[in-house]
Amino acid sequence: MERRTLLKGAILFIPAGGVLRSVARAAPAEPADKPGDTSNDKPGDKYDPASHYYGMGIEIEKCIGCGLCIQACKEENDVPREPFFCRTWVERYTIKKDDTVVVESIEQNRNPRKGEARSTHTVNEAEIQRTFFVPKLCNQCENPPCVQVCPVAATYTTPDGVILVDTERCIGCRYCIQACPYGARYLHPRTRVADKCTFCYHRIVQGLLPACVEICPTQARVFGDLRSKASQLVRFRRMKQIAVLKPHLNTQPKVYYAGLDGEVR
Amino acid sequence: MGKRLPEQLTRLAIVVGILAGGALVVRFLILPPTLLDVRFQQAATTGRWAAREIKYAGATACGQCHDEPVSTWKKGYHKTLSCETCHGATARHTGDPSVKPALPKERQFCLLCHAYDPSRPKGFPQVNPVLHNPLKGCTTCHKPHDPVPPEVPRECSACHAQITNIKSVSPHALIGCTTCHTVPPKHKVTPRTIKPTKPETREFCGQCHGRDAPRKDTPKVDLATHGERFTCWQCHYPHMPERP
Repeated sequence: MERRTLLKGAILFIPAGGVLRSVARAAPAEPADKPGDTSNDKPGDKYDPASHYYGMGIEIEKCIGCGLCIQACKEENDVPREPFFCRTWVERYTIKKDDTVVVESIEQNRNPRKGEARSTHTVNEAEIQRTFFVPKLCNQCENPPCVQVCPVAATYTTPDGVILVDTERCIGCRYCIQACPYGARYLHPRTRVADKCTFCYHRIVQGLLPACVEICPTQARVFGDLRSKASQLVRFRRMKQIAVLKPHLNTQPKVYYAGLDGEVR
Repeated sequence: MGKRLPEQLTRLAIVVGILAGGALVVRFLILPPTLLDVRFQQAATTGRWAAREIKYAGATACGQCHDEPVSTWKKGYHKTLSCETCHGATARHTGDPSVKPALPKERQFCLLCHAYDPSRPKGFPQVNPVLHNPLKGCTTCHKPHDPVPPEVPRECSACHAQITNIKSVSPHALIGCTTCHTVPPKHKVTPRTIKPTKPETREFCGQCHGRDAPRKDTPKVDLATHGERFTCWQCHYPHMPERP
């Protein structure tokens, strides 16, 4: 390179740093949602994430396996209609008389409003010891393995306890999909980034329930704020025998199951 | 000092040093700490997720216009359902009433919840779609907003299909439900509030299975020595006792 070109480049490059600095100064000094800051939380004020902490309760004995939660979730969150792309799904556990366990995902590839219901039970009824449905979704762990493994810090926990994916930062490497012990994430076939349950974040910040909780016909799903003294979920946790999935992994899930059979993983 | 470093290496070291120094200056002196804070990224993402379009209007929205169906629905057995469970996402309908929500009238839609399925919880109202008035629409007999059965079921199997199916192939198949359960007549009207009785003591089973019981064809045990601290149904399931 000629000395003249190098010097010309340097003359352009050095003032560019000053411009960058002035741009950076124009940015606000502190992020708006500083965790733990509740000083701005007055009644009637705009939503303050730091004063909430969300979780979900699921009562196994109420789930009838109709699959409407899956459909509502797909409708609300633009999840692809094909099976195997799910933010929430329902498993059918069948414990046979010889103590073997059969786990099947209930039929999802159907439009209930067109009435494409059919049973997908593959086990002969005479062989059944007991059988029940287990709705599953992202457990929104307090200690989430998916956040730890993300190489570009695209997934993170919000102050209100929801784990979100930055779709513009995610590079679609699928590490988080592998890391999730609950299989709650999938690669969105259109955007090619990781997608997962957000507890319908856009609904809960407006005081609405997540879509699956909203439409559940038997109220098998309970949604609430763990910071509140008298939310439905707090009562659910207080009054019922609570279990979480895979407690030995120390992920500390915030999806609590009542009446969970020991066979459920 | 040994041999001097070759001239090219010295020059290369200077260039590398300048580049590294420049990078450090930019990172620590020029870029303000706020630009490096990942919370800005996260706040923007959280905002994007929070700004998504709502499709389901929520249970409180419907009652603002539709008084009558809502007041009926509130008192009926379907009160745990949300309007949108059957009528679909209605957020667009609340903004523009000319967009009509779904009105599922097909038999198949009701059967999503009410077809018999062994995994469903006991006591949940289920029918066998093949036997239960085939080809008839559900709404000809049942009102979806207030789904009371048109006639009180005569037999236990109308609701307790699972138990009936299990019992029908068990050694207890010929024993009627009322042999062990006393059913108050009102149980058929308000099944969850008024419940049938269940046997309470070991002696109840002992009427047939005790050593001195008059029946000849039953397996006999000595109640005094056989699992004395426990009730029979802690080990044996009365609707499907294991064959001896």
